Amino acid sequence: MSDAPLIEVKDLGVRLNTSRGPAQAVRGVSFALRRGETLGLVGESGCGKSVTALALMGLLPESAVVSGSIRLDGAELVGLPDAAYCKLRGNRISMIFQEPMTALNPMHTIGHQVAEPLRRHTGISAAEAQQEAIALLDRVGLPDAAKRIDAYPHQFSGGQRQRITIAMALACQPDVLIADEPTTALDVTIQGQILDLIASLVEERGMSMILISHDLGVIAENVDRMMVMYGGTVVESGATDAVFRRMGHPYTQGLFRARPRLGARKGTRLKTIAGTVPELADLPAGCTFADRCAIVEARCRAALPAVVDVGAAHGVRCIRTDVSMAAGGSSA
Amino acid sequence: MTAPDHASPAPGTPLLEVTDLAQRYTLPRESLFKPAAQVHALNGVTARVMPGKSLGVVGESGSGKSTLARLVMALERPTSGTVSLLGRDLNRMPPDELRRARRDFQMVFQDPYGSLDPRQTIVRVVAEPLTALGRIDRGSLRERVAVVLRQVGLRDADMDKFPHEFSGGQRQRIAIARALITQPKLIVADEPVSALDVSVQAQVLNLMQDLQEEFGLSYILISHDLAVVDLLCDEIAVMYLGRIVEQGRPDDLFAHSAHPYTRALLDAVPRARAGGIRRRRGAQAIVSRATATTGCPYAPRCPLADRHCRETAPALRSVGGAHLAACHHAEAVMALPPVIAEAG
Amino acid sequence: MSAPLTASAATAAIAPGAMPATGFWRRALRHRSFVLGAVLSLSVLGAALLSLVWTPWSATDIDIASKLRPPSAAHWLGTDVLGRDIVSLLLVGARSTILVGVIAVGIGLSFGVCLGLVAAARKGWTEELIMRMSDFTFAFPAVLSAIMLAAVAGPGMVTSITAIGIFQIPTFVRVTRGSANAIWAREFVLAARAAGKGSFRITIEHVLPNILSILIVQATIQFALAILAEAALSYLGLGTQPPQPSWGRMLNDAQTLLFQSPMLAVYPGAAIAIAVLGLNLLGDGLRDLLDPRLARER
Repeated sequence: MSDAPLIEVKDLGVRLNTSRGPAQAVRGVSFALRRGETLGLVGESGCGKSVTALALMGLLPESAVVSGSIRLDGAELVGLPDAAYCKLRGNRISMIFQEPMTALNPMHTIGHQVAEPLRRHTGISAAEAQQEAIALLDRVGLPDAAKRIDAYPHQFSGGQRQRITIAMALACQPDVLIADEPTTALDVTIQGQILDLIASLVEERGMSMILISHDLGVIAENVDRMMVMYGGTVVESGATDAVFRRMGHPYTQGLFRARPRLGARKGTRLKTIAGTVPELADLPAGCTFADRCAIVEARCRAALPAVVDVGAAHGVRCIRTDVSMAAGGSSA
Repeated sequence: MTAPDHASPAPGTPLLEVTDLAQRYTLPRESLFKPAAQVHALNGVTARVMPGKSLGVVGESGSGKSTLARLVMALERPTSGTVSLLGRDLNRMPPDELRRARRDFQMVFQDPYGSLDPRQTIVRVVAEPLTALGRIDRGSLRERVAVVLRQVGLRDADMDKFPHEFSGGQRQRIAIARALITQPKLIVADEPVSALDVSVQAQVLNLMQDLQEEFGLSYILISHDLAVVDLLCDEIAVMYLGRIVEQGRPDDLFAHSAHPYTRALLDAVPRARAGGIRRRRGAQAIVSRATATTGCPYAPRCPLADRHCRETAPALRSVGGAHLAACHHAEAVMALPPVIAEAG
Repeated sequence: MSAPLTASAATAAIAPGAMPATGFWRRALRHRSFVLGAVLSLSVLGAALLSLVWTPWSATDIDIASKLRPPSAAHWLGTDVLGRDIVSLLLVGARSTILVGVIAVGIGLSFGVCLGLVAAARKGWTEELIMRMSDFTFAFPAVLSAIMLAAVAGPGMVTSITAIGIFQIPTFVRVTRGSANAIWAREFVLAARAAGKGSFRITIEHVLPNILSILIVQATIQFALAILAEAALSYLGLGTQPPQPSWGRMLNDAQTLLFQSPMLAVYPGAAIAIAVLGLNLLGDGLRDLLDPRLARER
């Protein structure tokens, strides 16, 4: 396989029109993914991770202003007319959503919904599409796929529905799979199965995957590389192992420490991050995390900090890494 | 205070006692000629909470944990079994007495957006449990709302705002303030932090801990997150398909799990640490809870299940002191090496 | 100690109450269909009010000599078959139109909302009974029930208003029960029950405020329907009786002369169209303006 990246994002910026005025939902996001590579996006609500995903899918509202560049196999996607994007979506780039019940149309059989992208993008006959849909549903582990092809979404459990949406996303053998919180709505024992399934499919078909999650554990176990987002910017990025070994950004460290973990005795206090997630419409100038950071200085607020390399391909958008990384923050 | 003092029972009386609680729901009929199917949401649950102690209830969707919460709150009548608060059966009380008794047990809901009426100001939202008890003059009402708002870290000035002016975390603080206003002895919290961001979740959990210490509150904390329950509770009950399958102190449960389901839950939690190579889990069949099976309800998913398990349902029994488990192979499960907890 | 607290609280209480109101009117004036609807509805109301103090001619004086005149400086829209001034008839007719609308919708609203709220709160056989009864009423169109009523009580304005009002009840029952059921399913209602509130207080404090915007919108639609129904009943001779003019009766009178002077039918028809259009636009606008998702600007 070639070394050229399959998808390459450079300096992606998204400006959204919110009810509170224009908001820079994403700034300066850059990454490149080769075939078979997996990337995790982690962050809290409003950090820009889902907006980034929608920008890649070309699904942002019309009023959104996208800057920078998104290249798929060298072809520029920013500014592509919607008709051309439609040919890519579901065909070369697919997405799995958080809530399987709302991602499926309750009025159509699952067979119809899985077969639909096939018929639209490949133009095969209805009977062939039906056969292919059964094969896909079989592959994602839906029991009795052939028999249940004419069943409706409400007749399945949450985990089964998510398997169906995965089958839909994979129908046309996409190159890039975007999974936006694919297991957040599911039980923890089901979560493992679904993530296993996605991982083996990504491996088997040589896709690139972008996995979006708020859960550091899900990220740690499922992707090669990760990006931590906060206030629309990537505050830390690198190989997953490297980041978990030496967390560089105060926010990554704070997020890690704030999680309750098993075995903490009753009465243990959690280390919180002061304050709340800022509104995108009124982000602070300079470092977006400045208002909640324990080691903030005056110069942090002056301008958005540049990315500092703290290891091989491990970058941190913080001017105080000397302090933050000396203070610890690794998981060990 | 205009209201009479809280009932003070004999020492040693459990704060809450549920005995052999069962709840069945009738599903809508699929055919005119078949009897309507029933779901056993709760199947003989027995538990008690001593004053000042907290009970955690973990389980996945369909385990009956939310049904248990609604029954404890007397929002539904159980099919059979009793719920007693301070020795009094909630379902035998006359409505008026039940209404007065509610001052001792309040509830915090999961969804901080859905559980506050969007058209009421915060003062009305927070004061609702008080106004439900009887008339109270406006001045002292506002004063008491101000007190509880300060206790949960909000300001007096927030009183006249509407819920939409607050973030998710702040709304959950408002919901907690509302539960605190009658100075209850028990707060039933159904997934109180699962809708919140991680950093905000920590703030709310710390607040719940502080209130527990300050007021000697008891919680019944319903959660799918074992770590959250571990943090706040003295005892944990693991539920599966309407039954308690394991119960005990967090130490016992996590270090020496006696039920394979508890182990599966612990094992399924993704670990946030370096070197987290994918741990493959064997595919597990999903069983419907409408099917009434003989034998252990967990048997279809259990790696240790044998014929005995499929034929005879195990009873909840002691596997060491107050540590209970409903498994024929509990001793064998306990002998397994503990599920490796996360470093740090 | 408590005095300054309550004083500051009182001022604080006024501010947020006033805020949404000013915001409401600012948004209302920017809402095109609301403004147009309000202008049309208010002009109908204005016509009715004007007729109480002034009309160009008397609406009841018959002047056969000047019958069926074309529009002129004296009679702006001409005269009818009895020589009455059309403008004056339209102005006075607006009165009965509004009267019918207000009272009939009032009957439908008060009975329908109460029954709908009870059905949603009680469930079980109470709900079943209320809904089946409203289905039964719904099966009889207003015209039919008016004919039946007229047979018993004689034709007239009171009969037609009552018939239209009764006809409106089932619609309000359905709308109220449907939206109230949605509110009953919300978690804040469960929270209120957990706090010990009974169904009556929950209905008054939580359900009603949350469905109010839906009811207001429904009421404007029903108002328009009531005007149409009144016109139909008058046209059949079951509504307002001569000499009291109404738009429906004007249509009725114009029918026989449709080929000689078609304009006689066009004027009251246009008046009805304007009133109905105005109310529908007003209802659409109110629905948008009262929608919390749009109003909150979250």
